[in-house]
Amino acid sequence: MAQNVQILEGNAAVSEAVRLCKPAVVAAYPITPQTTIVEKIAKGVDSGKIKTEFICVESEHSAMAACIAAQATGVRTYTATSSHGLLLMHEMLHWASLARLPVIMANVNRAIGPGWNIWCDYNDSMSQRDTGWIQMYASSCQEILDMHIQAFRLGEDPHVMLPVMVCFDGFIISHTSMPVDIPEQALVDKFIPPYKPLWKLDTANPITHGNIIPSKNYNLVRYSQQLGMNHVPKIMGDIAKEFSETFGRDHGGMIDKLNVEDADTILVSVGALGACVKDAVGHMRKSGRKVGAARIRVFRPFPVEELRRICKGKKVIVFDRAVSLGIGGIIYTEAKYAMPHEDIHGVIIGIGGQDVRAQEIVALTEKADKQRLDNYWVGVD
Amino acid sequence: MPVKTMDIPKEELIMPGSAACPGCPATVALRMVLKALGKETIMVVPACCTAVIEALHPKTSFNVPLMNVAFETAAVSASGVEAGLRVQGKENINVLAWAGDGGTYDIGIQSLSGTFERRTNILYVCYNNEMYSNTGIQRSGATPKYAWTTTTWSGKGEQKKDLVEIIIAHDPAYLATASVGYPEDIYEKALKAKGIKGPKYMEILAPCPPGWKFPMNKTLELGRMAVETGLWPLFEYENGKHNFTGVSKQLLSGAREFKPIEDYLKIQGRFGQLFSPAPNAGALTEIAKNRDEYWRRMRARVKMEEELAKQ
Amino acid sequence: MEGLTGLSKVTKGAMGRTGNWRELKPVIDYEKCTKCLRCWVSCPEGCISRSDDNTVTIDYEYCKGCGVCENECRPKAIKMIKEW
Repeated sequence: MAQNVQILEGNAAVSEAVRLCKPAVVAAYPITPQTTIVEKIAKGVDSGKIKTEFICVESEHSAMAACIAAQATGVRTYTATSSHGLLLMHEMLHWASLARLPVIMANVNRAIGPGWNIWCDYNDSMSQRDTGWIQMYASSCQEILDMHIQAFRLGEDPHVMLPVMVCFDGFIISHTSMPVDIPEQALVDKFIPPYKPLWKLDTANPITHGNIIPSKNYNLVRYSQQLGMNHVPKIMGDIAKEFSETFGRDHGGMIDKLNVEDADTILVSVGALGACVKDAVGHMRKSGRKVGAARIRVFRPFPVEELRRICKGKKVIVFDRAVSLGIGGIIYTEAKYAMPHEDIHGVIIGIGGQDVRAQEIVALTEKADKQRLDNYWVGVD
Repeated sequence: MPVKTMDIPKEELIMPGSAACPGCPATVALRMVLKALGKETIMVVPACCTAVIEALHPKTSFNVPLMNVAFETAAVSASGVEAGLRVQGKENINVLAWAGDGGTYDIGIQSLSGTFERRTNILYVCYNNEMYSNTGIQRSGATPKYAWTTTTWSGKGEQKKDLVEIIIAHDPAYLATASVGYPEDIYEKALKAKGIKGPKYMEILAPCPPGWKFPMNKTLELGRMAVETGLWPLFEYENGKHNFTGVSKQLLSGAREFKPIEDYLKIQGRFGQLFSPAPNAGALTEIAKNRDEYWRRMRARVKMEEELAKQ
Repeated sequence: MEGLTGLSKVTKGAMGRTGNWRELKPVIDYEKCTKCLRCWVSCPEGCISRSDDNTVTIDYEYCKGCGVCENECRPKAIKMIKEW
């Protein structure tokens, strides 16, 4: 198929994705390092390249509120944020999911303050893992664009109907230029069917959404969200396959696997950190070590079944860039839940934007040969 | 031309048998606003009494599409609805944000300000019972000085915020104050707002029987007394000019005298401390004086506005 | 249970027979009624209906007995009476 490769920063890839996926309404508020997304969308709207109604709201909480309300009238919406902006939206994240309004959003991962920290770790999005949003993590500018296309398709799937956040590393990817093959509009239009809402505000059929709900009924609504999540692994697998056939690229489905079949050790991570881990796996394979990488692409729902399949009988080292204070590395904790009988180590690395090199991953893998790494926190000794 | 009661449409867009308290001013006001706007209306309602008045899932009392929204987001949610409708070519549908004073003066003021600054084409109506009524009568930025609430047991120590003035500073396309004491006036002003494009604001005084502690049959009577004492002015604001209406017009010109504030305050248990065990003369004088000062400034302001309009 | 979210249908009497709430009941003396419609416009429940000739009728299924109609009626055609 025809190629249209441009050198784009991660944030520019997002604006291309927005152009292609055509949300009818975008409501967003700037925050470093997401700012250039907002700027590029605004510029695109101004020039006519991007056809969307862009609301310059006065806060991120309002951004999500505006998207939810617009989506409720039956149209596709989109926003982008980072760190404190995401946290400010927290109440509304829950709202979008409980209302079954599949708002799609980019979250540019950035550490949380105080002190002010504009560099990358994943505590912002991972701390929102309970809000009922599907969470996907990209590791390259190409994947950001492709992941958006997948996200709209996944979130709007009638069996899913849940909002999706596409997360990627602040500065490491958002402001790094990489080659991005921009797909044709016609292909994207075919891949993402028009949005068919579960319900909408319509004067032809007046309903009330969200009034006081008795506990028994609420329980069913909550359970229904879980059912939506339960459909994701199968549907994501189908989407990844169809994406590969349509666009000629395969980033993996729920998990991006590298050299896992004959590996005796699996290194688990997400995002650009996951790409770094893959790099380290490449180095270690050259020296004859049988390691594999499982880069989790869809973190919510947590890919329990697939991770179990990949890691069965193998040693696992989880590299976390987010920590749940009081228990430990977030992916580590959840991996231990998913695979209680496997030998799992956990490393906490890159917190607050500390640089992570492939050599460090190699060193830590070797360290795990000699000692148990149980929430081993890098950079504190 | 004041609207005749019999010309107000018959159809009820709020079903009887809602969860409203007997004598509730919110439903008096909303009945009139919805009759003016009609069925082609979509409402957003933040946390407030009305959110409860709707009744319990899976039933609702409101016969227009209604989305309950997070407390802070009445205005911006209306903004989202407006954008969503407009991209579908459905601009003819009225978008109504209906909120209490809590969601307007306090927690919702940010998104209200942003929505108006963006010149969003919505009608925002605040039904003001001068407290957080839904959560059980706590003080709000709209609570008048000396009023008892569950968070101001000896009476509120501060004057209320003048939110209407804040909205005026946003240069609204239309602004009007009203009172449940005059339902026809609410209808008329909402009908006028319907025909105007841009950010529109209405604030309706809503005396609340359990909150203000007065007999529930006097809801409208109190709504009139607030106006007759000059403590609640009725006016419209458009194109840089105030246009006082009804009784307030007569009070402005001096054709009518203010009713004594005691008549209004005495009926309300929330001002009981001003009268018992002994009348708080200082406070009562202060209230009357502030009322007089407000009208003095307003008369000068209206005069100045007329002068400016001539130039 | 798939795709469930808090959606509610428009229902008359959503809180049941709210007429059960009242202690006093408004009764209209149609001899005195001048069909001014003040009761109709001021009813917080919207349970007073008006016919084409402006005759008003109270729906006792839902009337909560607040007494606003009696207070607003200028010809004093409405009286709140004890029901029990």
